[in-house]
Amino acid sequence: MRSLFSFWIAHRVELASLLGQHVLLVAGSTMAAVAMAVPLGIFAARRPRLAAPLTALANIVQTVPSLAMFGFLLPVPFIGGVGARAALIVLILYGLLPIIRTTIAGLQGIDPTLREAGVALGMTPRQLLRMVELPLALPSIVAGVRVAAVVGVGSATIAAAIGAGGLGEYIYRGLSMVDTTVILAGAVPAALLALVVDALLLWMERQLSARRRPASRRGAVTAVAVVTLLALMTSAAAARRARGAIVVGSKNFTEQLVLGELVAQSLEREGLPVDRRLNLGGTLICDRALLTGDIDVYVEYTGTALTAVFHQPIAMDSGGVFNTVRDLYARTGRTLLPPLGFNNTFAILVRGSDARARGLKTIDDAARESAHWRAGFGYEFVERPDGYTGLAKAYGMRFPEAPHVMDLTLSYRALAAGQVDMIAGDATAGLIKGLDLVQLDDNRKYFPPYDAAAVARAETLLRYPAARRALERLSGRVSPDAMRAMNYAADVEHRDVGAIVREFLDK
Amino acid sequence: MSDLAIEFRDVSLTRPNGARALDHFSLNVQAGEVLALVGRSGAGKTTVIKLVNRLLDADAGAVLVEGRDTREWDPIALRRRVGYVLQEIGLFPHMTVAGNVAVVPALERWTPERTAARVRELLDLVGLAPQQYAARWPDELSGGQRQRVGVARALAADPPVLLMDEPFGALDPMTRAELRAEFRAIQQKLRKTVIIVTHDMAEAFALGDRVGVIGDGRLVACDTPAALAASPDPRVRTLLDA
Repeated sequence: MRSLFSFWIAHRVELASLLGQHVLLVAGSTMAAVAMAVPLGIFAARRPRLAAPLTALANIVQTVPSLAMFGFLLPVPFIGGVGARAALIVLILYGLLPIIRTTIAGLQGIDPTLREAGVALGMTPRQLLRMVELPLALPSIVAGVRVAAVVGVGSATIAAAIGAGGLGEYIYRGLSMVDTTVILAGAVPAALLALVVDALLLWMERQLSARRRPASRRGAVTAVAVVTLLALMTSAAAARRARGAIVVGSKNFTEQLVLGELVAQSLEREGLPVDRRLNLGGTLICDRALLTGDIDVYVEYTGTALTAVFHQPIAMDSGGVFNTVRDLYARTGRTLLPPLGFNNTFAILVRGSDARARGLKTIDDAARESAHWRAGFGYEFVERPDGYTGLAKAYGMRFPEAPHVMDLTLSYRALAAGQVDMIAGDATAGLIKGLDLVQLDDNRKYFPPYDAAAVARAETLLRYPAARRALERLSGRVSPDAMRAMNYAADVEHRDVGAIVREFLDK
Repeated sequence: MSDLAIEFRDVSLTRPNGARALDHFSLNVQAGEVLALVGRSGAGKTTVIKLVNRLLDADAGAVLVEGRDTREWDPIALRRRVGYVLQEIGLFPHMTVAGNVAVVPALERWTPERTAARVRELLDLVGLAPQQYAARWPDELSGGQRQRVGVARALAADPPVLLMDEPFGALDPMTRAELRAEFRAIQQKLRKTVIIVTHDMAEAFALGDRVGVIGDGRLVACDTPAALAASPDPRVRTLLDA
């Protein structure tokens, strides 16, 4: 608990900005959803045959898991992609259903006598709507808005996956660092925000369903206006800084956060304005974002680019892969910068005690032990073309039982605890150092190269020559040991990524 | 003979369910008279008054208000010249008493001063002290008070015609008698053309200058209460003796 408060205090400016972004996302999407759903609901309430299909459609949208929705929208032009715009679209779609439904219910629940009284008094349909139907349906509509807003606070945390900011950033950052404090730093304010929004709108709903005296109506409007204004103010600073800045992206695991921060700080040291969109999810999201210009630069691995981005067959030669990938990027308006200096390939890992006792240095050495060993692998390694099956064949491994399939992060701990004797980890994982594990040499050159290198939009580098200089200066600067040490500092020591990178650059 | 305010000419109307509501119905209502329409439930009484303010349209025949076919009137303009008091009253629960009475003035875009003065005048007329009742909400009133507000609302823009559909039907006998007496007093002052629908023969005789008897969608008889009481017509007698 103490560490949570000290985290908030240390990150108070960032926290305020993320909270502001979160409130803006929810307020903006909810207001837009109201603007669309209320007219739709009015329209549908008058045509009962339309009400059912419209509600069904909105229902279907609601059942799509939000992460999947972000995935669907990713490749859609104009509304898709990454960033706040795509997040707003998704949140609006989610907000529509409850508001449409309660608008229809509110209008259909009006006593027909009141409608007849209005008509008989000489109201036009429009006057009837404004003076009678909407005021009477308002409490019901506000109840729908309340549901939409509270659900929106939750869904907005997932928006961080596509770089829309908000409190979800802490949650994702914490998940990838396996750091509960950081997860809570985002989750607790998000939960509090949901409670506050719920209470505020419940209060509004009560004000509206009780007899409306003008003063309280004004109070409700004022409350909404104040909240929106506060959100605008808190996020205004961040927004102003973002305009015209170089947008740095990263994928959603610790090393990528460190590398994103490394790129960002290197650019800042050249006096360039930087907007961080770290933690963007997987390879495809980052690639898509770079292509559309939502981000300007991120760090990719050559082997990943070759297979996952460009769908080319695996190749083993490090220099050849780099050249192929560089040419493929160049054809799509992107520039691959020189490698940073480390290869994040798969690492076959054993316990340090075993390695020293039996003199294990290469994977060949391990293959000889495999007859009485148990192996544990992550899901991905079991599936990949360059994964377990090929490895066993290349080295003639023969385990007495099938490898245990487990979560990658857990497999390091399982190895250290002696539950398995060999795993396939990341070569740069900080846990290798933290848990006294030893990486065996790939003496038969089985694993393809995964050299880390920044990839940037060519037009950004043309516009900012200083950015190209800063990125080229990183060439060869990050040794495998340095990367491992930084990952260790972040993953095991839970140190602030910004500070880790600052120390590294100062060295 | 005074002016004809409302005229039904051979009007027929079939309900959506196929039942015949009115069958060659004809009736003249003089300006300034109170015509009480009486008949069993389902006889077509309510249909008759909804034809006047065009909540319903006739299938055949014509309804004339102030000498003009209702289908030639702009329905909005027509409804603002015809006050309507519903049995269920239909006060808007989200408006105060004053707000309800001021609905038509608001639609007619009166100035706030004129509206406020008219609301006070009408509440006085229907026996509700304005300073005590203007700011109340409909659910803070008794049934009789609510119906007074309903009448005040219908009279707000001083329409020459007033339609009343079982206005006192949902009230207890004491209140009903009280409101009938007050209605007569108000009508002495205002001299509106009134059609009042009721299933209660005693009420029709107490309120109507003339009483029309409806049976099976037709006008069976229409005369002064005294003449009707002496009528030998069996269809009138069954209602009278009921």
